[in-house]
Amino acid sequence: MSLTREQVRKIALLARLHITEQESIAYAETLSRILGLIEQMNAVNTDGVAPMAHPNEAGLRWRQDAVTESNQREKFQRIAPAVEAGLYLVPKVIE
Amino acid sequence: MIEKTVAELSAALRRKEISSVELARLFLERIDKYKDLNAFITVDADRTLSQAKASDERLARGANNPLTGIPVAQKDIFCADGWRTTCGSRILSNFVAPYNATTVDKFNQAGVVCLGKTNMDEFAMGSSNETSYYGVVKNPWNPALVPGGSSGGSAAAVVARLAPAATGTDTGGSIRQPAALCNLTGLKPSYGRVSRYGMIAFASSLDQGGPIARTAEDAALLLNVMAGFDPRDSTSVDEPVPDYTQSLNNDIKGLRIGLPKEYFSQGLNPEVMKVIESAIAEFKKLGARVVDVTLPNSQLAIPCYYVLAPAEASSNLSRFDGARYGLRAKDYTDLMDMYCKTRAEGFGAEVKRRIMIGTYALSAGYYDAYYLKAQKLRRLIAEDFRKAFEACEVIMGPTSPTTAFKIGEKSDDPVAMYLSDIYTISVNLAGLPGMSIPAGFAADGLPVGLQLIGQYFNESRLLNAAHCYQQATDWHKRIPTGFE
Repeated sequence: MSLTREQVRKIALLARLHITEQESIAYAETLSRILGLIEQMNAVNTDGVAPMAHPNEAGLRWRQDAVTESNQREKFQRIAPAVEAGLYLVPKVIE
Repeated sequence: MIEKTVAELSAALRRKEISSVELARLFLERIDKYKDLNAFITVDADRTLSQAKASDERLARGANNPLTGIPVAQKDIFCADGWRTTCGSRILSNFVAPYNATTVDKFNQAGVVCLGKTNMDEFAMGSSNETSYYGVVKNPWNPALVPGGSSGGSAAAVVARLAPAATGTDTGGSIRQPAALCNLTGLKPSYGRVSRYGMIAFASSLDQGGPIARTAEDAALLLNVMAGFDPRDSTSVDEPVPDYTQSLNNDIKGLRIGLPKEYFSQGLNPEVMKVIESAIAEFKKLGARVVDVTLPNSQLAIPCYYVLAPAEASSNLSRFDGARYGLRAKDYTDLMDMYCKTRAEGFGAEVKRRIMIGTYALSAGYYDAYYLKAQKLRRLIAEDFRKAFEACEVIMGPTSPTTAFKIGEKSDDPVAMYLSDIYTISVNLAGLPGMSIPAGFAADGLPVGLQLIGQYFNESRLLNAAHCYQQATDWHKRIPTGFE
């Protein structure tokens, strides 16, 4: 299957990736080739096969609902692009 | 000293022939001398030497871990508190990890000294180390060639004797393939054996950390420290860790080796085939028996993987948004624009391709055709292994279809690059342990790796078979010219 530039732009938006018009042409070509490889999957009938999400199918463990981490806000925020008063700063989202 | 294995260095440290500080200095000097290989992204001599000093103090008090004082290079995918941790990406170029990965914690507890952070394909997405934002790593056997990937910096560092051993991670072959292309012993443990906590996630149902070393004995020593249950990793398996060095010398007489015919067919370089066949013949001399097995769905591993791994990656990498850490784009208009531009500037082409493939495969209307279909194939691939292991204990074959290829040869053709992992990927899909060991050299003078695949949680058997082979051969002792 081959992707159009329009589809590539839509995927890029879903993936939160800014791409230029020029890049959308290149990605349409390479992503289509990768999808061509992927579509070899269709050669095999998988009716009735249970999907395998994970090699470890024993299920997920439960843990005690207890506090195990200490508050390290200052340490973690030292590497943030922008903080103020203990909060992460991003562009205004509510007018 | 640079010729000694980890096991030998451990003995030398205890006999006081050398101190941990001297050892660290020796390797730091070599890292600097051979910096053109580009094997390291970050070196921090002060930090390394202060760790070595602390290890010397522990040795003087009679430390009981064989790895105390041993310098090891860390793949730059493991978060290490206070160390810049980039994962080969621009988006983490300013990221100084505020915590330790469990593997790093375990090494620290054992008194292992960190020599620095090794170069790698960006977010471990690659088979050549060419996708690193920090530049390609050169193969010490020939600087015009790739070292393999994604743990290419770790492999180049160990074979060039810039480190006695290193860590790697393997999602589709990223420990085994560079080990093969550089003449090293690399082990990808069973899924769940080594904690993934603090190991920057690529594809969470496939990723495993493991050792890249020169011998099976060294790999066993490292795995002894790395393996074990970790409550911080929800997929960690709570199974006791055997002492992997205890079974190294077990007799392999009567060991049944399965040879899957699919691993010896089209696409395999005849030179590589020849080397693999003579390695198998050596195992027969050691008393192993060879049986034919079949893995009929092998050819589907690559298409299946290139749905599942990108799908998981697209989700995992959504955390890199410029809000809390890492790079943030300079110019943006609003929050959406900040996300999109940060990610566009921060990620390289291969990472973007995989994020987009994964996003597409998971998007409304396509989920059943791609993601669900791939998960069903994954079951068939895992079942193939289960059946094959009814007739044998270890499966053997080539690690990689070719020897090391030229820098640039496949970098413009992602599909050609993906095919270099044809023999390794299915092992990750099934969650099994896999190993690559030096098996000889092709006519072009380049090393060839033999792959050993084991039953779930039976790393001991692989290490045992590999060790017996290394007692009878000396391929693993060959060093590239200029690095002696």
